[in-house]
Amino acid sequence: MDQQLNTNIQPGVQVTHSGSHSEGAGNGHSNGDGVHHHKETFITKYIFSQDHKTIAKQFLITGIIWAIVGGLFSVLFRLQLGYPDTAFPILETFFGHWAKGGQLQPEFYYALVTMHGTVLVFFVLTGGLSGTFANLLIPLQIGARDMASPFMNMLSYWFFFMASVVMFSSLFVQTGPASGGWTSYPPLSALGQASDGSKVGMDLWIVAMALFVVSSLLGGLNYIATILNMRTKGMSMTRMPLTMWAIFFTAILGVLSFPVLLSGFILLMFDRNLGTSFYLSDIVVNGQILPNEGGSAILYQHLFWFLGHPEVYIIILPAMGLVSEVMSVNARKPIFGYMAMVGSLFAITILAFLVWAHHMFVTGLNPFLGAFFVLLTLLIAIPSAIKVFNWITTLWRGNLRFTPAMMFAIGFVSMFISGGLTGIFLGNSTIDIHLHDTYFVVAHFHIVMGVSAFFGMFAGVYHWFPKMFGRYLNNTLGYIHFWVTIVGAYLIFWPMHYQGFAGVPRRYLDFKLWSSFNQFEDLNKMITIVSIIVFAAQLMFVFNFFYSIFKGRKVRTPNPWGSTTLEWTTPINPGHGNWPGEIPEVHRWAYDYSKDGRDHIPQTEPVNPSESKH
Amino acid sequence: MSTTWIIIALLLGFVIVFQIAKASEYVSILRGEERTRKENNRINAFLLLAFLVAGLFGVWYCHQRLEGKILGEAASEHGERIDNMLLWTIIITGIVFLLTQIALFWFAFKYQERENQKAYFYPHNNRLEVIWTVIPAITLTVLVGLGLYYWFQITGEAPKESMVVEVTGKQFNWEFRYPGKDATFGKKYFKEVNEAEGNPLGQIWTDPANHDDLYTPNEMHLVVGKPVKLIINAKDVIHDVGLVHFRMKMDAVPGIPTTMWFTPKFTTRQMREKYGPEFNYEISCDQICGKGHFSMRGTIVVESQAEYNAWLASLTPTYVSVMEAKKSGAPAVAPAGAAADSAVTTTGSEVKTISMK
Repeated sequence: MDQQLNTNIQPGVQVTHSGSHSEGAGNGHSNGDGVHHHKETFITKYIFSQDHKTIAKQFLITGIIWAIVGGLFSVLFRLQLGYPDTAFPILETFFGHWAKGGQLQPEFYYALVTMHGTVLVFFVLTGGLSGTFANLLIPLQIGARDMASPFMNMLSYWFFFMASVVMFSSLFVQTGPASGGWTSYPPLSALGQASDGSKVGMDLWIVAMALFVVSSLLGGLNYIATILNMRTKGMSMTRMPLTMWAIFFTAILGVLSFPVLLSGFILLMFDRNLGTSFYLSDIVVNGQILPNEGGSAILYQHLFWFLGHPEVYIIILPAMGLVSEVMSVNARKPIFGYMAMVGSLFAITILAFLVWAHHMFVTGLNPFLGAFFVLLTLLIAIPSAIKVFNWITTLWRGNLRFTPAMMFAIGFVSMFISGGLTGIFLGNSTIDIHLHDTYFVVAHFHIVMGVSAFFGMFAGVYHWFPKMFGRYLNNTLGYIHFWVTIVGAYLIFWPMHYQGFAGVPRRYLDFKLWSSFNQFEDLNKMITIVSIIVFAAQLMFVFNFFYSIFKGRKVRTPNPWGSTTLEWTTPINPGHGNWPGEIPEVHRWAYDYSKDGRDHIPQTEPVNPSESKH
Repeated sequence: MSTTWIIIALLLGFVIVFQIAKASEYVSILRGEERTRKENNRINAFLLLAFLVAGLFGVWYCHQRLEGKILGEAASEHGERIDNMLLWTIIITGIVFLLTQIALFWFAFKYQERENQKAYFYPHNNRLEVIWTVIPAITLTVLVGLGLYYWFQITGEAPKESMVVEVTGKQFNWEFRYPGKDATFGKKYFKEVNEAEGNPLGQIWTDPANHDDLYTPNEMHLVVGKPVKLIINAKDVIHDVGLVHFRMKMDAVPGIPTTMWFTPKFTTRQMREKYGPEFNYEISCDQICGKGHFSMRGTIVVESQAEYNAWLASLTPTYVSVMEAKKSGAPAVAPAGAAADSAVTTTGSEVKTISMK
């Protein structure tokens, strides 16, 4: 745990070593250039960089690009849902036969729905969120010069990049990208005869996802190793900011559940290409009798949801961590119930592994088994409730500064309440019979893990942008971004609960055939219009982001928010190695705000014997 | 053309907003950043409170607008249980929703930054934390208990006097089989499926139990007040039998038959009197199954026992029609409406399901 042994400092970066700085044997040292002095080239500094801060920015920017793509997809299929009878010739101009006559073709619609889900769940809210903030914050907040293995960290990004390239290329194959939903249940996803999207597009989807899993594992192992082994002197686990705990548990979830997903995908690949029958049995597709017998289509769902459910916590836990930190800093108060917050993160992590079958109540699952999953699922509401109450109590009697980051943190809590409560409906198998696969589910998960996680991510970006780029984002644009997004998100998703009560199935192209579901025409139009506006507001954020990197107001003080945590003890533009001198020593927890009449006490300040205890 | 204009308008709006934002930054520097920051703080604190009020009004307004558009009364006894459970959950979560959202936004407004206001150092309070661990735990125990009580009633064994219907999902329609006079389904095997010879389900003709089995596509008939057990199959990919009015749902999985049962409470005619002549009990596919997923529609006719008997008597057993066709040497005639294949075409704005006979 001796930080002096952490030697992954690139020469050429101006780091003054006043402390001893020796080569650490087996301490994640991988570049082997601790002694030689060569100039960093553009390529090693910005492309194949091993600096965690640069890798974080790479994840973030790749995530932003994917978010634009995934968001655009949703706008396209919302056009179809809001205006099923209108032709948009511009769509044909861009998408050719996929939008013949200016109308989305069913295959294209299902491809868009599928890719929207895949891109946002995995490439934006897993890669983009964890990748960015784990990389940026772990070494900075625990006081390390870099990750345990900067080289593995770099590989993690480049596997993510390769996954992105393969996934993106699948959009351009002739038979179209995968179109069986982001869950890709076989036999639909296994049989090219059943759907065009299950032809080569599906193979590319699986390859891309396999690469993504590799990236996620390389990253996750690194995060765990770094947090466990490389904390600076005095930084005990219980002195870490909650962001660190959240990322730590996220990484554990990922490392334990992604391999299961990969195994499911490998079997699916075998079924598709090698004639095995893991998931296939008794199938007559398109008049063709397949030879497969004895497989179980439900097996895939177990394997998928064994990751799939922890996945939603992989998405939401980092957001919770970011929000806790941002909220405490801007309330000028310690986070309420630190140990309860850690405990509830831990409880959520454990329970996350035990609830996957609540996605499968109506698959013919044994009802007795289902009962256990109901119980375990609703148990998650307890740690979630604790977190919400603690956030609200953190605001109570604070002195709140509404920076854009703080606005998004408050918005996060509001969204998390709304979406969390609807989870109590769906987790109860009795109600799930009616609401399963309806718009209620769409509303629930978009609010609780889509919008909430995005709010956590935005809170993080607005808060740590000064640390990343040494400049501020434009505040006015930030406030506009927040208000348009929160109002829009509620307008889009709140009424969808009612569509769900009415039993309107999700993933329908059109409701004209149905006398039970065609009563929401006006509502669907309204939702489409709002979603276009919200999408435009996100583009404005993206513009603000890139503009401010180069032209934003400069940061003039190393600690602009008055934070106690270590990342703000680094220079305004930290080089590789983070601290020019020795790594600071830590003497207290991360939340001494407004204690003993002082605005904040940095973690690096020794405890004064006369200080009050907490 | 209008699309171009909309895009131009959006771009213009974009530029304007950006210019305002940039100007506001310069103004803030000129006026003193601290002063601007405090002003922003006040504005946003007020907006948070306004958002709470507007949001609660919006919740009420949304309910007024949409209340009448969600489904009416549940048409099965199971459905009543589910609606009941739903109501309890809405009440409990509704209370929690109101309390927490109001506390969140009210505290945000009330404790906005002010001169001379000091934040209160309040790191933890074990008693409070225990209270809000225990209260949710008790509430959830109630919800879980009630939920499971209903769950086991709904998923329990079907009553002995139930009628049995076999449902088979395929891309993109539904097929039904009735067991006939012997009340037993004959054996089937997927490799026997031969739609050209009028055997779409793969019935094995050497099994005598098959000889009186009846087949009908797209429309299922049920008897009012009589429990029905559905045995659910799929031929190609996973489908899902979604019965919104009965509040029931069950996946159709190739190779793994599933079951569900319920008791229809109202005939189709009664429902039409209540909800208008357009009313139909519909079977929706609730599991994505390919490009025609949204058009995989079936209907259910709920009628009196007498009407049902008359309808059943009008069907010819599949075995009989197949054997007759074979005897006469003529090309096989599939039983009424047997869909050899169905294709979905989109013509302009109109979407049709065409069954090719």
